[in-house]
Amino acid sequence: MAQPTDAAIATAEPSPAPARRDRTRFLRNPKTLTGLVILAGFVLVAVIGPWIAPHDPSARGPELLQPPSWQHPFGTTQTGQDIFSQILVGARGVLVVGFTAALIAGVLSVVVGVTAGYLGGLGDDLLSSVSNIFLVIPGLPLIIIIASFLPDTGDLAIAAIIGLTGWAWGARVLRAQTLSLRNRDYVQAAKATGESTPRIIVFELLPNLTAVIASGFIGTVIFAVLANVTLAFIGVADISDWNWGTVLFWAQSNQALAQGAWWWFVPAGLCIALLGTALALINFGIDEFINPRLRSPGKEDRAVRMRIGFTPVVRRDPPRDAGTGSDTAGAPGGGTTDPGGTTDAGVAGNPGTDTGKETHR
Amino acid sequence: MKYLLQRLAFYAVTAWAAITINFVIPRLMPGDPVQALINRFQGQLSTKAIDSLYTLFGLDEERSLWQQYLDYWGNLLRGDLGTSFAFFPTGVGDIIAESLPWTLALMGVTTLISFVLGTGIGIYAGWRRGSWLDGLLPVTTFISSIPYFWLGLLAISVFAVQWRVFPASGGHDASVVPGMTWGFISSALYHALLPAITIVVSAVAGWILGMRNMMVSVSSEDYVLVAQAKGLSERRVMFSYAARNAILPNISNFALSLGFIVGGTLLVEMVFSYPGIGYRLFQAVGAKDYPMMQGVFLIITLAVLAANLLADLAYMALDPRTRRES
Repeated sequence: MAQPTDAAIATAEPSPAPARRDRTRFLRNPKTLTGLVILAGFVLVAVIGPWIAPHDPSARGPELLQPPSWQHPFGTTQTGQDIFSQILVGARGVLVVGFTAALIAGVLSVVVGVTAGYLGGLGDDLLSSVSNIFLVIPGLPLIIIIASFLPDTGDLAIAAIIGLTGWAWGARVLRAQTLSLRNRDYVQAAKATGESTPRIIVFELLPNLTAVIASGFIGTVIFAVLANVTLAFIGVADISDWNWGTVLFWAQSNQALAQGAWWWFVPAGLCIALLGTALALINFGIDEFINPRLRSPGKEDRAVRMRIGFTPVVRRDPPRDAGTGSDTAGAPGGGTTDPGGTTDAGVAGNPGTDTGKETHR
Repeated sequence: MKYLLQRLAFYAVTAWAAITINFVIPRLMPGDPVQALINRFQGQLSTKAIDSLYTLFGLDEERSLWQQYLDYWGNLLRGDLGTSFAFFPTGVGDIIAESLPWTLALMGVTTLISFVLGTGIGIYAGWRRGSWLDGLLPVTTFISSIPYFWLGLLAISVFAVQWRVFPASGGHDASVVPGMTWGFISSALYHALLPAITIVVSAVAGWILGMRNMMVSVSSEDYVLVAQAKGLSERRVMFSYAARNAILPNISNFALSLGFIVGGTLLVEMVFSYPGIGYRLFQAVGAKDYPMMQGVFLIITLAVLAANLLADLAYMALDPRTRRES
């Protein structure tokens, strides 16, 4: 997936060098890196979980409702099942549903969003009304209704429902982004040279939408994981499949709270929150990659701040430098084109006055 | 005015779509769910309930689909949402009417508090980018990734089971008769406190993040620079220039994320056995009470549409551009 994208960016932009620098910048972002490492850990558990689980998650044991011990790291349930094994085995269902649903929703949102944004006119009106309607109808109740009418509520059915109802947000964002790309010079040039519409969409537009698509995908994974766990928790999804929501379902229906069995529901919730945080961190990385103004001043940016600290030098001939600074800042934030330049300008543009400097301290 | 009319038309279409989805879903599902239900209830269903079931699922063969659709609309317009299975002779509409005030009060107040609080903190965090407030961001990320219902479970286990400061479930003391008496209101408030805190804590994080990011983007705009160059006080620049513009996308986000908030609130109600429509939905799911589920879905959707309309009005008040277009 990464290979063709890079090639396409390289053809769409004059020099491949900045693109390469940007990509390492994305990976060097500590938020992204943390998120990716945690996510990799969960993916690993999802793959090998059922093999490394010390016990059969459904097997009843003699130790009933025991707090965590070496034997059972997360304790046992009322029927002596090992909660640690349930969490390990359950990771697969959560991730499979999350990513399948996001894949379905992602494809739908690209098709609807990019088509609407590129075509414009009546088609756009129609498609964006449909996605706005799906956006406004509350998602979770709709998913609950559909799932409870379905005779089969296995992992894939749940993923399909979530994917088919959860694409609207991504479609909306993609449509807006496509609208702004549609009239760029290079797209006009491609049109003028007689490229076909599908070719323009796939080879000129999509590569420049990669970051937006990725961020929408991750966002949908978060939503799908939460929705899936919720459905299992309230007993709509098939509770014979283990996932973290099923663990919480059994904890709730066996009055774990009233019995003070905190170990029954704490690990599952922490796993959900940790997975969600990891995905959100990756998304912040993508957001900061698209919109450089959002970057918290990291090491390099602090170097830029140092330069601001030297502004007494700048103040000796104030009009010149302040002028150039704000000019660069005024240039439209060209998304992926030149993030580095905009950051510097954004930081340097502000503290033209003393109040500005105060705010940055 | 034109803007408002456009929005009204959009909401009308959305309401129609939601109602139609509600009509179509049971008819698309495979198998004969009615027979399965009749078997499950083993003669406890009266003939009237079975009839209404067949109408609901569209298995009433004498009528065409179009006729069924018209009937469905006719029932809706008369306020008839069908009969609940679980609470048998009672109509779905009555049960919802009884539980809706609880949900509206809980959800309305907590949503307002978390929006105002989160936006306020977000304004400061965005304005003072790079200060210690940025250290809050990972924490808010973590909190916003926690499912509402799990935070509710945690809150119950700490504050209701461990320390017994708050009641673990219910909307009011069983000994108090609902009414406009001080005893009832104070008991209801006391029971609402823990769910409300849960919702505010989980919801506020998202607002902080959204507002902070918008503030950061807006505060490097030229007009903010100009305002500062004019020597306006920092307060003035922050609130009247940066925040006023940054809040606009946050309001449209507010409208759009209302669906998520509603979903979360319903779950908190389920966990706390709070007598709102979320808990009704939970009970209905457990009992396979389809008319109840559909009624709840319809009411929730209409309520969200109404809230969206309010957010649009607020947007119009704040953004003169929407008014000038007419």
